[in-house]
Amino acid sequence: MDIGVLLVYGILGLTVIVSAIGLIVSRNALYSALFLVVNFIAVGLLYLALGAPFIAFAQVTVYAGSIMVLFIFVIMLLGAENLPLTEPLRGQRALGILLVLIFLAEIVLYYLLRTTPLQAIPIIPQTFASPAEIGMILFNRYLLPFEVTAFILLAATVGAILLSKHEGPTRPKPGIQKPETPVEG
Amino acid sequence: MPMSYYLILSAAMFAIGVLGVILRRNPLVVFMSLELMFNAANLVFVAFSAYHQILDGDLFVFFVMTTAAAEVAVGLALMVAIFRAKHTIDLDEMSMLKG
Repeated sequence: MDIGVLLVYGILGLTVIVSAIGLIVSRNALYSALFLVVNFIAVGLLYLALGAPFIAFAQVTVYAGSIMVLFIFVIMLLGAENLPLTEPLRGQRALGILLVLIFLAEIVLYYLLRTTPLQAIPIIPQTFASPAEIGMILFNRYLLPFEVTAFILLAATVGAILLSKHEGPTRPKPGIQKPETPVEG
Repeated sequence: MPMSYYLILSAAMFAIGVLGVILRRNPLVVFMSLELMFNAANLVFVAFSAYHQILDGDLFVFFVMTTAAAEVAVGLALMVAIFRAKHTIDLDEMSMLKG
């Protein structure tokens, strides 16, 4: 294989792994969010390399764009960037790492025990996952799931508004006279 | 590129996401680790879609993305509501149901 191709894929893979590790080890939640943006963009480039341009751009706009803006907005709204990193239960960290290693070993074992070996990915034709093809299959075979997704998004919107609606004593009801009302808060 | 490149990358991403969910106590970081795990699964979907030359995997990624967006919206709204009630979002403080 060409050395340049190897270099590009190596750098991309390294970016994905390093940004993922940076996400879980950085103390400040804001840095975690920025690491996650880097991770999303690197994975989007991998989608592009796999011949799925529509998914790649949806990844960048939906994930790295809107979802991360939501995250950063909530982080700044709550002011919860810094929480202590002390472990509350003794040995939780060691046990967690051990469990994850067992999980990884399980995946590797499953991969090694496959009966049919995996070949290289074949050459992807130009029009394989083009937006036109995606649209054709989305509005023909997957029309019902598409509509159900619309209902899920509607339910999520209504739920989010209901959950974050402010119900408190800040807005006095008409008719109840308070001796003095605070100016702010 | 061989298929195993994408599989190894996705397995590593998923494991790091699990580690973040287990170890971190900031629910925002836990949510981000969940997104990382969604992303690992999406990568395998797209890789196998290209491997088998069948487009259905890409469509599943589309649906996973929309569901993840809905989940994040509800989850962050919950977090704001919890912060208003308890003035902290430390996961260890959410133990009101503990017997």
